Amino acid sequence: MIDWALVARTLPEYWVGLRVSLLLLFVSCATAFLVSIPLAMARVSRHAWLSWPVWAFTYVVRGTPLLVQLFMVYFGLAQFEVVRESAAWPMLRSAWFCAWLTFAINSTAYTTEIFAGALKNTPNGELEAARSLGLSATQVYRRILWPGALRRALPQYGNEVVMMMHATAIASTVTLVELTRVARDVYYNYLAPVEAFGVVATFYFALTYAMVGAFKLVEKRYLRHLAPRETGPAAGRPT
Amino acid sequence: MLKKLALAAVALAAFMVQADAQQTRLRVGVEGNYPPFSQISPSGQISGFDIDIANAVCAELKMECQLVQQEFDGMIPALAARRFDIIVASLTITPARLERVDFSAPYYDVPSQFVARNGAFQSHSPDALRGKRIIVLRNSPRAAWLQQNYPQNELHLANRETDVYLELVAGRGDIAFGSSVVSTEQFLKRPEGAGYGRVGEPVRLQGGTGGVGIAVRKGDTETLAKVNQALAAIRSNGVYRQIMARYFDYDISPSN
Repeated sequence: MIDWALVARTLPEYWVGLRVSLLLLFVSCATAFLVSIPLAMARVSRHAWLSWPVWAFTYVVRGTPLLVQLFMVYFGLAQFEVVRESAAWPMLRSAWFCAWLTFAINSTAYTTEIFAGALKNTPNGELEAARSLGLSATQVYRRILWPGALRRALPQYGNEVVMMMHATAIASTVTLVELTRVARDVYYNYLAPVEAFGVVATFYFALTYAMVGAFKLVEKRYLRHLAPRETGPAAGRPT
Repeated sequence: MLKKLALAAVALAAFMVQADAQQTRLRVGVEGNYPPFSQISPSGQISGFDIDIANAVCAELKMECQLVQQEFDGMIPALAARRFDIIVASLTITPARLERVDFSAPYYDVPSQFVARNGAFQSHSPDALRGKRIIVLRNSPRAAWLQQNYPQNELHLANRETDVYLELVAGRGDIAFGSSVVSTEQFLKRPEGAGYGRVGEPVRLQGGTGGVGIAVRKGDTETLAKVNQALAAIRSNGVYRQIMARYFDYDISPSN
């Protein structure tokens, strides 16, 4: 029943869409990662004037759907004459820029919370030890807090990246021709739902599988200290 | 008692099967989100040009119309799944669709038109539009037509027919190209369309859309013949013109 010839004929279009999806995912997550590091530090700060704005930002962004955020940026901003005449307009005009901006903002909110949570979970003993050695605040962050926090954040962060990968499908609503858009075009042009969405689901599944696998490897490497200790064959066993 | 009830049920079922076999009922797939062709009122009542045409066809065939509402995207799969027997939902006749369904003769054919800010363009000749970005619905016959006739122009492909005008107002292109009905009803006649107008004369796509037809399942020649016969009848007896006048102050009847 499945029209394999149609699948084979449309496959090159999916590769083009895949590149757009992956590029969007990469630039958005990379931006979010970099911005989240200082924001997470502000979020756990003892000073309310630092932590409160970040809390408000993540609260609002996490409280609204990504699709709505994208529409606000893509269709909403364009409504204002001021925006259309501003220096940022040549960039905001492009669907690529709007998608990158929105996805980066959205992912930043989640990543900041993940990192802040991991920072807060630093065992007190590690901090006391660092202070007793006379490390400066910068040194404490660089050598104690971040190495531990990023390791602890890994499983959740991996999850966030996979979720963002699935969310890139939303970019299809603002004229970006990524994987989902390609599937919708194939569906629309050939009226073949199984061929269109079946193929794109396979693509997403393979991507998810690959990314989860990659994060597993990274976790294995960096969270080795949490793995069950290997013991000798005779250990603990009565002879 | 139970036996009687069962008997009655069997009789009723047999009657219904027979009624269907005699084809006193025509199940029509309609859409509901494409005014003025089809729209659903807040109370759930469906109306519009497509609906009136469907009812006129049924009346002409002396059959009872059963309207089945269906999202546009799933329209052709639902026809194949026998949820209804014909589609009257502004379905443009395209080669790709002809592979899946059979079409009646067109029952309307809307010209296309260019729309832009008043005074921005004097005409829509390729010279007048040189270097300009044209907004058009993606995957549409109009987009294909532009690629052929305005090969030098950059196209901005909008996802939905109404997005074309959102994008125009947003300035993501200089001029829009769309259905004259949608651009007039959904944009120019509304407050958002103030300051915008048609550029030049409406365009009939050469070898383009082939108009909008009623679709039946592939190979259902019996229904197709009936529909064609009914369409011809309402066009010659004036019913078609009456319906058209209810919605449009311009002609959308197909040329043939």
